Amino acid sequence: MTDIQAALIPTGENSFRLEAYLGRGGYEAARTALLTRKPQEVIEEVKKANLRGRGGAGFPAGSKWAFVPQAGDQPRYLCVNADEGEPGTFKDRAIMTRDPHLLLEGIILASYAVGVHTAFIYIRAEYESIARRIEAAIDEARRKGFLGKGIFGSGFDLEVLVHRGAGSYICGEETALLESIEGKRGWPRLKPPFPASVGLFRGPTVINNVETIANVPLIFRHGAEWFAGRGLPRDGGMRLFGVSGAVKKPGLYELPVGTPLRTIIYDWAGGPAEGQGIKAVVPGGLSAPLLTPGELDVPMDHESLARARSMLGSAGIIVIGDRTPIIDILRIVARFYAHESCGQCTPCRIGTTWIGKIADRIGAGGGAAGDLDLIRHLAEGMKGRTLCPMGDAAAFPVLSIVEKFGVELGETISRGAEGR
Amino acid sequence: MIFSLSAGSLKRIEELVRRYPKKEAALLPVLHIVQREKGYISPEAEEWVAATLGLSPLQVREVLSFYTLLRRKPAGKYVIQVCRNISCFLAGAEEIVKHLEAKLGVPAGETTPDGKYTLVAVECLGNCDHAPCLMVNDDDYGPVSRDKVDAILKGLS
Repeated sequence: MTDIQAALIPTGENSFRLEAYLGRGGYEAARTALLTRKPQEVIEEVKKANLRGRGGAGFPAGSKWAFVPQAGDQPRYLCVNADEGEPGTFKDRAIMTRDPHLLLEGIILASYAVGVHTAFIYIRAEYESIARRIEAAIDEARRKGFLGKGIFGSGFDLEVLVHRGAGSYICGEETALLESIEGKRGWPRLKPPFPASVGLFRGPTVINNVETIANVPLIFRHGAEWFAGRGLPRDGGMRLFGVSGAVKKPGLYELPVGTPLRTIIYDWAGGPAEGQGIKAVVPGGLSAPLLTPGELDVPMDHESLARARSMLGSAGIIVIGDRTPIIDILRIVARFYAHESCGQCTPCRIGTTWIGKIADRIGAGGGAAGDLDLIRHLAEGMKGRTLCPMGDAAAFPVLSIVEKFGVELGETISRGAEGR
Repeated sequence: MIFSLSAGSLKRIEELVRRYPKKEAALLPVLHIVQREKGYISPEAEEWVAATLGLSPLQVREVLSFYTLLRRKPAGKYVIQVCRNISCFLAGAEEIVKHLEAKLGVPAGETTPDGKYTLVAVECLGNCDHAPCLMVNDDDYGPVSRDKVDAILKGLS
């Protein structure tokens, strides 16, 4: 891979320590920006870098920051989304474990750009040991004067709090995350108003994924052109592609945005597991519609995957081997969303539960002739009819499975009927 | 029953509450501190937390009943969370769950009668390149096999 200063995930036993980070040129970008550049210039630089959100939706980060109104005396907030609950996604874990100071430097730059003095890192409770590591990093940084009052001798103050979730996928949705920090159930809010204007404690708020924020220091260390040049014209930089499932070398691969899916699976992850072919690939976390073996040449960027009627999402690639019955995948997808639906919106609450029950019934050999139509009907009924994107996130993979693997599912249903 | 916490927990709660822009926002972290000390959140604890943060007991219950990692009854000394989502399933997670159920003598979701182990099958733990994975309290393990599970259990006293 690339040189250590430009990598999101450094190697080395003690890469997470402050001295190691300083040795990689750490905190110099933030120091220079805070002492010599205006907040607006920082935003412009991030815009020029074409950094898009790494959490799932892929919104341009610079534009998101620019939406935050600078007038008014309401405190503004930054919330870093470290909830990482999308199945098949394990990149933020790696960044925070190996390079917590990179994340903190990114938080300083983002906070300075937007005029934030209190930033939260919302981390899933299962990452307790990582949360402690980040808290230790915050203490290290504070002792050096990199956090707290008058950072780097500038007039800029910043406090960073680590806020633990408590086991809830939906809290990775940005407005549910805000509710959760406020001490409430993770129930997504109706938008608008968008968090940029009315967010945490009703103040203007930016919510960015860990990987998004971790990229920011690299932009300032090497320049926006350099960053933009590593990716695609409207989608800059490298991405952490996580590969799991039926491959020889599961792992995290830092590659340019737009690297073809096939290259990632075959050249980096070693190809399908011994003795198996590929039946399907989930390209961007469980919410992303499945791709068939004939669709693997797609470049891994937001626009290309949208054209392939899937999505880049969190770039968590899950390879499904040809020995796995597709009904098992449908069952897992359906069960997961039924389990994680927050229950606010009827189409999602009931839709996911029913689809789960039907999938379980088919899996147990009790499928009936109209089941696939019924699943399609329920999934279509969730799409676009819920407060938050979870209705879509549940419907998309289900619909792709029924559409692309309808023949196999039909056979599973008939076999079950013969057995009765 | 009067509810009380150790001096250390009380001090951490006091510090936390001071750092949050609004007191009630400290609810999740305070519940985590209580659970870490007591093992679960009792009705008495709910009332105490509510009074401490200026919330109604109902507001506390509302939150408590939403999040899967907050417990209203005691758990075992070792909480074993086995991931069963897609990447772990593809790597044989169902077999790991069955093996643990047989070994511990309780179905997933339950605690052994001696109060030592709680076994839970959970959704994605975010450790998919180490599938099948599991956690014992705050520690990650993976990839695990039946033998590896046996060795992990042996290491717990």
